[in-house]
Amino acid sequence: MSKRRLGLIIYFTFLLLPLYWMFVMSLQTTESILGGFSLWPRDITLANYTKIFTDQSWYSGYINSIIYVSMNTVISLLAALPAAYAFSRYSFIGDKHMFFWLLTNRMAPPAVFLLPFFQLYSTFGLIDTHIAVAIAHCLFNVPLAVWILEGFMSGIPREIDETAYLDGYSFPRFFLTVFIPLIRAGIGVTAFFCFMFSWVELLLARTLTTTSAKPIAAIMTRTQSAAGLDWGLLAAAGILTIVPGALVVYFVRNYMTKGFALGRV
Amino acid sequence: MNKIQNNKAWLLVIPVFVIVAFSAIIPLMTVVNYSVQDIFGPGQRVFIGTEWFKEVLLDERLHDALWRQLLFSALVLLIEIPLGILIALALPTRGWSVSLFLIILALPLLIPWNVIGFIWIVFARPDIGLAGKTINDLLSIDYNFTSNAFDAWITVLIMDVWHWTPLVVLLCYAGLRAIPDAYYQAASIDGASKWAVFRYIQLPKMREVLTIAVLLRFMDSFLIYAEPFVLTGGGPGNSTTFLSQFLTKMAIGQFDLGPAAAFSLIYFLIVLLFSWLFYTAITHISQ
Repeated sequence: MSKRRLGLIIYFTFLLLPLYWMFVMSLQTTESILGGFSLWPRDITLANYTKIFTDQSWYSGYINSIIYVSMNTVISLLAALPAAYAFSRYSFIGDKHMFFWLLTNRMAPPAVFLLPFFQLYSTFGLIDTHIAVAIAHCLFNVPLAVWILEGFMSGIPREIDETAYLDGYSFPRFFLTVFIPLIRAGIGVTAFFCFMFSWVELLLARTLTTTSAKPIAAIMTRTQSAAGLDWGLLAAAGILTIVPGALVVYFVRNYMTKGFALGRV
Repeated sequence: MNKIQNNKAWLLVIPVFVIVAFSAIIPLMTVVNYSVQDIFGPGQRVFIGTEWFKEVLLDERLHDALWRQLLFSALVLLIEIPLGILIALALPTRGWSVSLFLIILALPLLIPWNVIGFIWIVFARPDIGLAGKTINDLLSIDYNFTSNAFDAWITVLIMDVWHWTPLVVLLCYAGLRAIPDAYYQAASIDGASKWAVFRYIQLPKMREVLTIAVLLRFMDSFLIYAEPFVLTGGGPGNSTTFLSQFLTKMAIGQFDLGPAAAFSLIYFLIVLLFSWLFYTAITHISQ
């Protein structure tokens, strides 16, 4: 027992140290960060945070990211739920190929694909809109959502479906009022993964936006000036990027512990 | 579970197909198109067949980058998967601390990838960074990731372990929670050892989540770009230039669209091949 506890302490210290360092940096000016080594922040200042919350070009980045990430999570779930049901309950022509093809969409190296992506989305007049990034991120989030949801759905015995149909439920009514509540844990977990992967993706989001939908991760790289990076500001912005996701985890945490027990796994 | 044969199920899959195909098929066709042409400028292009593929396949620097990439992905999987399983097994199963652990685990996953690189630049710096300073002064090991190739390599690897092990832990933890208590009770009646419980109960029950974890970690580590690019810029020398950085240099730096497209397709096929092997292997072992 104590060996287990020691292991956990070492691992979580390792996990928290870089985060602590980012937090320390965020409370200092760049001069004092580069000025010398110190275990805790000297000359504590909230100037970095104040700048982010008052400068429109900064906080709009957070708003843009939150808008397209939420859109993407909703679209991914709405599309993936019926598909995951189909994969978990029925066999149909090409089902296995379709499933693996979906996964292959995570495997393409982005660099060269960015140019045709830009061309495609400008043809549809979607450049610099939130929905463009939301749809582009579906490329890797929808397959993942289908995969995770399928696991959860296969854990629900098919007798439940059959009983409901015998009771005269139509498919949409059964799906919405019986089935979805049963797998709400899976939906919570899937929502977290969609949120996370869309939140941290940079290349597609940056390519498809110019100003009005620019994500926070792209805005951060602009702290680079002739004098070098503004490390303090960058660290404060980094700390703030964790907050929305941490809130999402907070809301789905119970699903991750108890709810998963419903999954087939 | 036996599935019902019903081709109408396709109707439920159509929305997914449409939404993914919209972003997938046209860009892929465009890249295939680039890869067989020599492009001089708008409207000036010549069909050259497999020329670029031959050139790319024979490129020495690419072979180096490929071996470096394979080693990196292999180490990532060998460290992160067992470590993730161990941590998931060690985590408490009930009580208030569970929520706290889960939230802390999720934190590194939520930081944009370029920011991870920026944080580690300072964290690992020998003069002002916590890790760099500690290694140099307390352990008196001469460590400098900007000038020493080996140090740069290790730093990128540890950064990846720091960043991504929590994903494996979260998935495995979720898998472990799905095992009914009755299994453990039966095992303790039989007097099964801890290892036997792990080997015959926990590991098989984690199969599904481990498939997801192994494939996600393989794909993402093989396509790693932003973190080493920000941290080391591929250097010193070419020591941390992984495949996708090599590709980006080619596509954007030198604007060699043809060879870069050919390279992308080869790259994609390598990822596809390995993913398929893992997928098939894991599915077969368990049956």
